[in-house]
Amino acid sequence: MTNSSSTSASAELNAPAFRPKPFNLRHLLGIEGISTADITHLLDRADEMVAISRQVEKKRHTLSGRTLINLFFENSTRTQSSFEIAGKRLGMDVINMAVQTSSVKKGETLLDTAVTLNAMQPDLLVVRHNAAGAVELLSQKMSCPVINAGDGAHEHPTQALLDALTIRRTKGRINGLTVAICGDIAHSRVARSNIHLLNAMGAQVRVIAPSTLLPGHVEDLGVTVYKSMEKGLPGCDVIMMLRLQSERMSGAFIPSAREYYRFFGLNAERVALAKPDAIVMHPGPMNRGVEIASTIADGVQSVIVEQVEMGVAVRMAVMEALHRQQPDDEGAVK
Amino acid sequence: MKRSITAKPPRQKLFINARVIDPSEDLDIHADVLVTKGRIEAIGKGLPRDDLKKSCKIVDCKGMVLAPGLVDARVFIGEPGGEHRETIKSASRAAASGGVTSLVMMPDTNPVIDDAALVEFIRQTAREKSRIRVLPSAALSKGQNGEEMTEFGLLSDAGAVAFTDGRKTVDSAQMMRRALTYAGDFDALIMAATRDSSLGGGVMNAGLSATRMGLPGIPREAEIIPLERDMRLVAMTRGRYHASTLSTSDSVDVISRARDNGLDVSAGVAVANLALNDNDIGSYRTFFRVSPPLRGEDDRLAMIEGVRSGKIDIICSNHDPHDVDTKRLPFAEAADGAIGLESLLAASLRLHHTNDVSLSRVLYCLSTGPARRLGLKSGTLEIGAAADMILLDPDMPWILHEEELRSRSRNTAFEGARFQGRVLKTFVDGRTVFSRDA
Repeated sequence: MTNSSSTSASAELNAPAFRPKPFNLRHLLGIEGISTADITHLLDRADEMVAISRQVEKKRHTLSGRTLINLFFENSTRTQSSFEIAGKRLGMDVINMAVQTSSVKKGETLLDTAVTLNAMQPDLLVVRHNAAGAVELLSQKMSCPVINAGDGAHEHPTQALLDALTIRRTKGRINGLTVAICGDIAHSRVARSNIHLLNAMGAQVRVIAPSTLLPGHVEDLGVTVYKSMEKGLPGCDVIMMLRLQSERMSGAFIPSAREYYRFFGLNAERVALAKPDAIVMHPGPMNRGVEIASTIADGVQSVIVEQVEMGVAVRMAVMEALHRQQPDDEGAVK
Repeated sequence: MKRSITAKPPRQKLFINARVIDPSEDLDIHADVLVTKGRIEAIGKGLPRDDLKKSCKIVDCKGMVLAPGLVDARVFIGEPGGEHRETIKSASRAAASGGVTSLVMMPDTNPVIDDAALVEFIRQTAREKSRIRVLPSAALSKGQNGEEMTEFGLLSDAGAVAFTDGRKTVDSAQMMRRALTYAGDFDALIMAATRDSSLGGGVMNAGLSATRMGLPGIPREAEIIPLERDMRLVAMTRGRYHASTLSTSDSVDVISRARDNGLDVSAGVAVANLALNDNDIGSYRTFFRVSPPLRGEDDRLAMIEGVRSGKIDIICSNHDPHDVDTKRLPFAEAADGAIGLESLLAASLRLHHTNDVSLSRVLYCLSTGPARRLGLKSGTLEIGAAADMILLDPDMPWILHEEELRSRSRNTAFEGARFQGRVLKTFVDGRTVFSRDA
């Protein structure tokens, strides 16, 4: 052996076969199945987008001339405007389509809607739908990238990415942290996407919920299950609260909102159980006094407002990354 | 129609060089079969050919399996009311190519078959349009509303072979009790697929897959609890009961226990629950949304064990044609059901090829088992029986391609599936109703 082993090893690692593949997703339909490298790439890029968004002059022309369609089958002012702002900051023309004004109400099927929209040649499509799997079904008929903005209780990938970015910027890392996701796990797409992402990035994930709001076999997703806040919160670096839909707190899953708040609401005493520097997150919109006390939501440990800011940056990063896979007018891919 | 089953069959046909498997008589021999006037006249090695009539046709089976035609105990057809999904004619064509010579048609049509005139309509249409035997079953309750009994006596006289609310489960224990009691007077068979309406409100098996996909699950208990209720009612009323489509190991135990206690009950399984599990749904593929839902692997293996051990005597296709308008939807919004007449035999043969169930046992559950339970004269090759037969190559490899299906609907859970074993010819009353071109 004449070569020193260290140089040959690094040369081998830089060989094409070992280089991590660049981001090459066609759509962003969920976090499950996305590589750690791709997640890291998106978070790194989103970091830069945060800086851009904090400038006075925010407009970029990276995606100018492109058309973004926001297709929302479920109402969501917050997510829809976040995508709209992200698209506009990248220079895109943004069209918002809500279900109330579209022909879906007239009995048009989801796939007909997809074919119709596709014929309008959008360059990006953002979809929210109340049925799990609907966005993937729709993406099969689209020739442009599709971003899942939430499908039923399945996934909400940009929410998980913005949560990860918030955690990383506050804590400096994700690997090795203990994160507790609290509340309605069974019906939450935010929970599912976050479980996949946090596991991929090396965090310890706990879920804390009453048994009726826990889906079966959830521990097989790689989480530790706790059925009380007092047992689950000690040692946590991050407390992630979930929204509890009002129709679920009147007897079907839990007896009442006040009972839920008594046992699973986040108050000062419970926050104190976690690590002293723990942060409190919530995807919004919050039910103050149901899952979270007002003083906590507005307290020093809360990063709920930062999450909203990170949302725009993450969505810019995702749009740009997906669009980079698309050929330009000369057929070239960047 | 020239091809209706009432047409005059050829006078004599001699099938030579066949591996004759007749599960009804535990027969598996190399022999010849002589069919005269549509009935089996003789089975034996080297049947004498001297006294055969000149018009006798000789069919060389080339060592392939000659077995009773399949009897499919659970088939949904769109006619009347949903002819765009399937007609009796298209279903019979699909059935013949799949080796099915008798099928029991479910009453879940529009209008629901709950009246003797409708049973007569089905039989009349079948006589005119069908190459195979289409046996109507009738609704258990008027309009399948689960509240008022249908006219079991009149419907039986009109030709209904069994009573069932098809896709629906009778919620009311009182209604089920009365139906079982009253049906007993006519010796009528009640068939049921149990799924508790509140507990079974989900869209797929409750399990890790459902949790991952964010879909509401159907717990196994949704099937077991109403089944246990029905067993109590059978014990109380001494009625005749067939559980059409079991999907969990506990359900098999429930039926088996009831049978040990002397009740007149039997168990069936849909071939999908033998061949597939809930992982096959993959990414929200709605053609895998069926009822009962595809369960976990443990339950699938338990169903196979049930077939092997004799606790389950009937394998059905649970053929349920659907159009794109009810299937090309988000998983939670799509309808339950997949077609299966053309894949019934091949999918069942997986039990023989990979799970070590004997060929004779598989064929029993596809022909003799259902025929006996329904009181039909088919499902056997005994002397004097109608020559409803299939010629089968049990080893022929093939791939199911959706565009080659004869059914009017395309919602198969076996698109692209690799199978071993295929029907070469199908005979009803000795007449060829299907022949695969080489």
